[in-house]
Amino acid sequence: MPEVRNFTLNFGPQHPAAHGVLRLVLELDGEVVQKADPHIGLLHRGTEKLAESKPFNQSIGYMDRLDYVSMMCNEHAYVMAIEKLLGVTVPLRAQYIRVMFDEITRILNHLMWLGAHGLDIGAMTVFLYCFREREDLMDCYEAVSGTRMHATYYRPGGVYRDLPDTMPIYQPSKFRSRKEIDRLNAARAGSLLDFIQDFTNRFPACVDEYETLLTDNRIWKQRTVNIGVLTPERAKALSMTGPVLRGSGVVWDLRKHQPYDVYDRMNFDIPVGVNGDCYDRYLVRIEEMRQSNRIIQQCIAWLKANPGPVMLDDHKITPPRRVEMKGDMESLIHHFKLFTEGYTVPKGEAYAAVEAPKGEFGVWLVSDGANKPYRLKARAPGFAHLAAMDEMVRGHMLADVVAVIGTLDIVFGEIDR
Amino acid sequence: MRALRQFAKTLFLGELLQGLALTFRYMWKPKFTVHYPEEKTPQSVRYRGLHALRRYPNGEERCIACKLCEAVCPALAITIESDVSADGTRRTTRYDIDLFKCIYCGFCEEACPVDAIVETRIHEYHMENRGENIMNKDKLLAIGERYESMIAADKLADAPYR
Repeated sequence: MPEVRNFTLNFGPQHPAAHGVLRLVLELDGEVVQKADPHIGLLHRGTEKLAESKPFNQSIGYMDRLDYVSMMCNEHAYVMAIEKLLGVTVPLRAQYIRVMFDEITRILNHLMWLGAHGLDIGAMTVFLYCFREREDLMDCYEAVSGTRMHATYYRPGGVYRDLPDTMPIYQPSKFRSRKEIDRLNAARAGSLLDFIQDFTNRFPACVDEYETLLTDNRIWKQRTVNIGVLTPERAKALSMTGPVLRGSGVVWDLRKHQPYDVYDRMNFDIPVGVNGDCYDRYLVRIEEMRQSNRIIQQCIAWLKANPGPVMLDDHKITPPRRVEMKGDMESLIHHFKLFTEGYTVPKGEAYAAVEAPKGEFGVWLVSDGANKPYRLKARAPGFAHLAAMDEMVRGHMLADVVAVIGTLDIVFGEIDR
Repeated sequence: MRALRQFAKTLFLGELLQGLALTFRYMWKPKFTVHYPEEKTPQSVRYRGLHALRRYPNGEERCIACKLCEAVCPALAITIESDVSADGTRRTTRYDIDLFKCIYCGFCEEACPVDAIVETRIHEYHMENRGENIMNKDKLLAIGERYESMIAADKLADAPYR
């Protein structure tokens, strides 16, 4: 009688379906997973420690790089924590801009997720369609902040710059006729808000396209239905948040239950799943994109009607405008003070959480009254999700591991920090 | 009846054909791809790419070695040494930016009180040899001179928002 032993398999960290640098040590009995042991830390950059050595504002850019698929949401949590410590209220227009860009970020993230998840499970086309829409949203990122991903746009006290009134346009080229260029530039004739509005009008039809390709598709269903089922109780016990929790049927969304900024003025629904499997989480995320689209439309309507300041007018915290800085001695002193030393915040601690696309992203700041944080802790949703990996894949086939990794929407930037 | 329709749909690969029809329709739609590098996607005036040091129209260096950019740089990518120049003004003797350290956050440009250090919209650059990632003062000034018209137009367009 030969000895029958389980087979131990290293999945990753260089596996194309491992979403970054996940190393999963799988114990397989034939093709059935007996145990999954995620190993993390391969993308550890010490962001939390790094933040302790820098004035508050200088870490904003590093928050983008935590969950590098939902950049502005991370910034949002960080600046909200600082604002809580400072006890300041952000101008209303800045709050609307933040909410709008949070939702743009959510769509960006979910499109990335849908494309990558589809690709993992074998749907190639949807990946291309998702990236087509992502391109437009990245243009929005670029128009406000100057970068397509790592924006560094939110600041304690508001946002850095107001939304631009013009959009960059396609230049004439030898490959396209005048008419074709005009067609490409049609949406770019107005301001950024017009551009986003045009996008929100187009976007529901795009989501319909993804759904045509996937929702009823029997191959997609075979790969996702009843895979990685999480009961509501277990989901709560494992501190799941975001679409993973809602996919299990728990109605919990920080935007509704602990509204921050102007989410309490927004009209939107929270989609919840029934079975808590990969398919339900897919449906939840698809519906979230539609709801985000609704929120963006509401923000655009308000932003168009209400111009105003986007930054707090307290030059102990926010730098003065450049014209003032160049002409006025006091402003220049403020400018120099803020860009060298930064500002100090009162002693204390604050926790600010946002409903990031992946779940609750929170930043806990402890201040000892200095110009830099005494301690910063980032609560990454992906970390809790990954911890449930073993429970979700146990008893499934090896190929389903890929589906579960995809459905958890794991990004290693935030897990390893 | 509904069950029958569902059965027919399953039997004749209804949802798969719908998906195929969708992708097939795209064959006749205008392409949204761009012929890079001959053709480029639109770029915002706020774009944060390669750094440059600017000069005033009369040729004088803008940078006064106030070291605000050095102080604000989160990645500690900027190194500045300064001295008094021949005409008695304060100037940098060394202005290095390590492009490998730089995270392109734009804080240096934001901090600069004289608009000397800027991030241009140049994003297609490369290094061939070790050490080329360190941009020294001469290189940065050369970029500034070469692209001054573009930089000036970009900064002017964005000035009302800052």
